[in-house]
Amino acid sequence: MDFNDTPEEAAYRKQVRAWLEENAPKAVARPDDPMEDSNDMRASRAWQRKKAEAGYACITWPKEWGGGGGASWQSVIFGQEEAKFSIPGNPFAIGLGMCVPTVMTAGNQADKERFVRPAVLGEEIWCQLFSEPSGGSDAAAARTRAVKQGDEWVINGQKVWTSGAHYSDFGLLLARTDPDVPKHKGLTMFWIDMKAPGVEVRPIHQMSGASNFNEVYFTDLRIKDSQRVGSVGEGWRVALVTLMNERLSVGGGGSGSGHARVLKLARDISTLAGPAIKDSGLREKIADWFVQAEGLKYTTFRTMTALSRGQTPGPESSIGKVVSASLMQDMANTALELEDQFGIINDPKLAPLSAAFQASLMAAPGMRIAGGTDEILRNIIAERVLGLPQDVRLDKDVAFKDIPTGR
Amino acid sequence: MDFDFSDDQKFLKSEARKFLDARCPVSVVRGVLDDPARSYDEGLWKAVGEQGWLGTAIPEEFGGLGLGGIELCAIAEELGRALAPIPFASTVYFVTEALMLAGSQAQKAKWLPKIAAGEVIGCFATVERPGTLGEAQAQARVEGGKLTGVKIPVTDGDIADLAVVLAKEAGQTALYLVELGGAGVTRETLKTLDPTRGVAKLTFEGAPAERLGEAGEGLSLAEAVMNRAAVLLAFEQVGGADRALEMAKSYALERYAFGRQIGSYQAIKHKLADIYIKNELARSNAYYGAWALDDGAAELPVAAAAARVAASDAFWFAAKENIQTHGGMGFTWDVDCHLFYRRAQQLGLVAGGAKAWKERLVSQLERRNVA
Repeated sequence: MDFNDTPEEAAYRKQVRAWLEENAPKAVARPDDPMEDSNDMRASRAWQRKKAEAGYACITWPKEWGGGGGASWQSVIFGQEEAKFSIPGNPFAIGLGMCVPTVMTAGNQADKERFVRPAVLGEEIWCQLFSEPSGGSDAAAARTRAVKQGDEWVINGQKVWTSGAHYSDFGLLLARTDPDVPKHKGLTMFWIDMKAPGVEVRPIHQMSGASNFNEVYFTDLRIKDSQRVGSVGEGWRVALVTLMNERLSVGGGGSGSGHARVLKLARDISTLAGPAIKDSGLREKIADWFVQAEGLKYTTFRTMTALSRGQTPGPESSIGKVVSASLMQDMANTALELEDQFGIINDPKLAPLSAAFQASLMAAPGMRIAGGTDEILRNIIAERVLGLPQDVRLDKDVAFKDIPTGR
Repeated sequence: MDFDFSDDQKFLKSEARKFLDARCPVSVVRGVLDDPARSYDEGLWKAVGEQGWLGTAIPEEFGGLGLGGIELCAIAEELGRALAPIPFASTVYFVTEALMLAGSQAQKAKWLPKIAAGEVIGCFATVERPGTLGEAQAQARVEGGKLTGVKIPVTDGDIADLAVVLAKEAGQTALYLVELGGAGVTRETLKTLDPTRGVAKLTFEGAPAERLGEAGEGLSLAEAVMNRAAVLLAFEQVGGADRALEMAKSYALERYAFGRQIGSYQAIKHKLADIYIKNELARSNAYYGAWALDDGAAELPVAAAAARVAASDAFWFAAKENIQTHGGMGFTWDVDCHLFYRRAQQLGLVAGGAKAWKERLVSQLERRNVA
């Protein structure tokens, strides 16, 4: 057990830090939500290009595709060091984390040559078009239809929960090509141009007031057969590649400083029994939160250790989001209770800590759902980590068109 | 970054598991449970001594192996998995650690080699009444080298040769070494929640006592010992919690209800996923504690408290939900679930309950935050 870098890691960290000192943008005003504000886009693109040119974008990807040709542990160290700087938001995460790796795994040679490098350089942004109104957790229930007409496919339907669709150049689309076979077998993957006629993007107004996601409508969108990623009917297999990458990128760490914020709040607030910080009920909660947040932090250290030893990380990294999302919600609720009647104010100029807990309270429900609901993540732990059987499925051997649908 | 057991430590751990699989099957645990006259398994204790485990962290000059705290953590996890019914924690995590923290050269030379050789069983005698360890728990008095007072409950006090006792002398708390085979000591075995571990009430009437460490440092030394013990106990708890999860999982795969495996119902799957989550959080906190044990003295109070809180919660949750997963069979004497349920409570309380550790943790965080 050692928190210190190996000599090799230390040397790499030093090199990265020196490069960041020299090149990282100084004091960029960072929006609350990096995905939201396109004013920041120019700065984001410039930073991405700078990293790509130095080999620090997509560190683990081969150099011939614009990557750094490095190891996973190098990528982790770069991420740690980069996070210490005030860098612009990262609208490239979904493309580089999920879509482009899918093209690299399942796409044809021409597509790889066309798309990978511009994405690494931050010139082109991708979104992922899987979820639909009829299937959030059940992504294989996609109904968006793709019908073959000569050398083209005609797309009609609707996607939802598409992060960044409003500023994306391309999208990875999962569509139904054969409704007469069971659902997993009738899907095909395509890439589409988000600016093409027949694509309409409408932002979703979330309960928090933010708009991180969109609905995307397709009306007689015509695409070429060469835009197919993988074979006809193989869409689900291709989607699994994408989803596996999604869990790696969304799964991450905890809200490490939350308990410190509650401590600060508790020091400034008084209750009937004196300063809130003296309240034993609150102190117990703070201890519980601390232990969870630290547990997540050290779990990521275990994952990094496996990477730096050249091993495959164990399944423990799958617990990240399911713990951190509820942790955020619990802390926010308790903090507002502490603020008492004042807690109802959601104005950063008036509410304690610039209304940070009010913001968490409104963002937490989305955190517990996006990127796999708490329930789906528990199923995944139970099935893939513990080896328990899948639930009974009524839709497995039924033609997709005959599967009962509710709302 | 190297935040895991090393290959050597993993080897030690897998050897320990093989050894305990062979020498400490559940029948050995039940042998102690079912016989009111026994409070540990003498054969297993002897065999563990022969393995050299008792001296894992004792320096070579005192007859130990001179390995570090992390090796001891690796062994602790396996002992926890096996529910080993032996006075290992009392002797090694408490008394040995106390001697190494506060013992004079002569005290170390006298006791550590005997502990390493398996000739001496130790116990840690601090509390006297219900509630958290503190000033009020040190009513026992030492005058002119003689100890008078009562300590209850003392884990392994019924079989120990040597006790480390918290007492007061001239108004100041200190720790004392007391030989329990000597004059002025009576012991009474108590009925406990986990009969696979022995517990006694120790009554001292002018028993010869030798101070361990400085006068006035009794409570702070006791806390320092408990910080170290908390990390080691956390590994036992993580080992027990993992095995309880394995039991629940096997049962959920074997047992059918309404025409299918109960492990295919989300009510069971999500329960077991929650056990897994708590176990992993506990393991990660325990690893941090292990690091602090060897290299991070300044971080130890926070790391130990976090390890203890997480591990106590995880083992308790795994043990109770393991019974629930087993349904009616789960609360019978014959099915092993209750052994884990009992041990979860025993380990969760033996170095002080989670509530007190949470308070210690937050006090430390406040200090860190102010600093």
